[in-house]
Amino acid sequence: MDNIAGTKSSLTWVVHISVALLVALWLFPTVGLFISSFRTADQIATNGWWNALFPSEQNLTLRTDAPDTQVQQGTQYVIDGNLFVTDGRPADEATISAWGTSSRDIGAYKPGDVAEIDDGATLTVDKTGNYHMEGPAAFTGSRGERVFVVATTPPELTFENYKNLLFSGRNTDGMVKAFFNTMTVTIPATVIPILIAAFAAYALAWMDFKGRALLIALVVGLLVVPLQLALIPLLKLHLAIGIGKGYLGVWLAHTGFGLPMAIYLLRNYMAGLPRDIIENARVDGATEFQIFLKIILPLSFPALASFAIFQFLWTWNDLLVAKVFLIDATGQTTVMTAQIVDLLGTRGGNWEILATAAFVSIAVPLFVFFAMQKYLVRGLLAGSVK
Amino acid sequence: MNSALQALITILVGLGGCISYFYLSNLLLDKVICRPTGPNAGRNINRANLIRPWLFLFPAIFALSIYLAYPVFETLRLSLTNRVPGGGYTWAGLSNYQQMFNEPKFWEAMRNNMLWLIVVPAASTAFGLLAAQLTDRIRWGGIAKSLIFMPMAISFVGAAVIWKLIYDARPIDQDQIGVLNAIYIYFGGDQPQTWLTVPFWNNFFLMMVLVWIQTGFAMVILSAALRGIPEETIEAAIVDGANPFQIFFKIKVPQIMTTILVVWTTITIIVLKVFDIVYAMTNGQWETQVLANYMFDKLFRANDWGVGSASAMIIMLLVSPILIWNVRNARKEMR
Repeated sequence: MDNIAGTKSSLTWVVHISVALLVALWLFPTVGLFISSFRTADQIATNGWWNALFPSEQNLTLRTDAPDTQVQQGTQYVIDGNLFVTDGRPADEATISAWGTSSRDIGAYKPGDVAEIDDGATLTVDKTGNYHMEGPAAFTGSRGERVFVVATTPPELTFENYKNLLFSGRNTDGMVKAFFNTMTVTIPATVIPILIAAFAAYALAWMDFKGRALLIALVVGLLVVPLQLALIPLLKLHLAIGIGKGYLGVWLAHTGFGLPMAIYLLRNYMAGLPRDIIENARVDGATEFQIFLKIILPLSFPALASFAIFQFLWTWNDLLVAKVFLIDATGQTTVMTAQIVDLLGTRGGNWEILATAAFVSIAVPLFVFFAMQKYLVRGLLAGSVK
Repeated sequence: MNSALQALITILVGLGGCISYFYLSNLLLDKVICRPTGPNAGRNINRANLIRPWLFLFPAIFALSIYLAYPVFETLRLSLTNRVPGGGYTWAGLSNYQQMFNEPKFWEAMRNNMLWLIVVPAASTAFGLLAAQLTDRIRWGGIAKSLIFMPMAISFVGAAVIWKLIYDARPIDQDQIGVLNAIYIYFGGDQPQTWLTVPFWNNFFLMMVLVWIQTGFAMVILSAALRGIPEETIEAAIVDGANPFQIFFKIKVPQIMTTILVVWTTITIIVLKVFDIVYAMTNGQWETQVLANYMFDKLFRANDWGVGSASAMIIMLLVSPILIWNVRNARKEMR
């Protein structure tokens, strides 16, 4: 299509712009939460996350130093300092565009103006927050003079949220424990089905026996059986045979639910392996077990990796299976997805906690996704009947 | 740390168990039951080859039948019984179904599910097709693809949090922190809307989340299909003077129609099972109930296993045409 004379240049531009738009649209939601997770609770609550990238104009209430820092110069009592430093901020952080001494008129003075406070005392504030206060009588009181400023502050991002959530040791929101619980669920639930499925897939692909076609059809059928059907019968079964709610139950459930996909993917892949290799090995007297272990398994690595990623993403991101088979009344075994849903209920307005918690749970799958995308795509293409 | 240790032991026991099962059962077959030596060697080898597939298949068949096949029948049975407090069941006939059909909440879930079934597969496939067609033609298409594909790795719950921030509403006198309301106010909206509580339309705001996730999937599959189209057909169309739109809709799309169908049905199944998004964002309030969440409600909040199972059977019923279609296709392929 690119070689149609005359249409190329304009059309290519349209394509570039459309794709850029599409990508921006698809990235936008995630970026919003990601940036929010680096903002303080105040920042999130006062304006949209898209403001975090630009300097923002804020109204701040600051104070001069307390009167006990004053020095006497001749007849005058003087306090010098920087409003931002007194407030515990970096000195060159913000630029003041206007200031005032009354909350009713915070933009009364320009930087450099001299304001009369009271009893002949004056205050002047410059752009960077340096102030000079002097008066004929000693300043009294325990706190400094209030100064209202309109200041432009540069974007400010912070790791505080992550520090609080993960390393504070208080673990008030339970995300650290939930992280390890998720890990505990995921790893066995990914590893165990692979082995069981690989043997079955080999039998279905390369062994000849009665009922093989029927079994394959059955696996394809089971691919789409909604796991909703399995919840109550299996929970009943687990309770009856003493597994109860817990890790063992959730591992078994994930194994069972993952098997059809695993068998289907691996069988399709193994069936495509060259016949010669397997038959030569058979002629050379290798047992089926040896063929499987030494030839089929190594050759099937791409398919094994595909399924492993699928199963990993699926078990890591799962909520329903964990809620039914794992999480009991004590809540000790809660996983991250369930924890986040709880946070949505109890801390619905605390976006700094929600955003950070969500990103802690998203980070690992995203890493796996970008690291092993090739296998994921391959698996999708092979298994898209599901 | 305790649970981590337990996990490690399970991996070892599970893997060790699997490996030793396969190894020992094969050993037993070869060395004890059917020795391939002696006067009956030929017959023994044949017999071993008859048995071996079932040794390989046994763990999988065992797990599949307990974890997927048995529940289908058990759920059917449960949907026809009532649980007696204190244990035991009584036959209930179709009364659970009757009770369910009389509940407005069930019909609300059905209506919403139908909406989901129409909108989400259609929108995801359309966006996916668009993205596939566009990204295949530019040099940075690979990066664009992986970014559009990325939401696939994000959990439904994570996506729910992401989109809740977009739909967030603040009082009118404050800055809006939700993008949608910020845009709405910017273009002259009078009041910030709490989007998720606007009946009927809130369904579409929930669907958006799934469309966002599934578009990447559709794009990946369809882009592979588009690349598989023989060059000659397109060249012939160009020679005949077709414009790019004609080429896309009249040459390319018809050739990948089966793939589009596969994508469509795959997303349809996902839609039928959608639970996490609704559960995390609205929990079925404000008329956003869907079947899977309705079922969860019945099973674990109302503790009504009869009606819960009945609604699970409805989901199964809706899935079964696709199930049959898939099985028939698979059998056709094998022949």
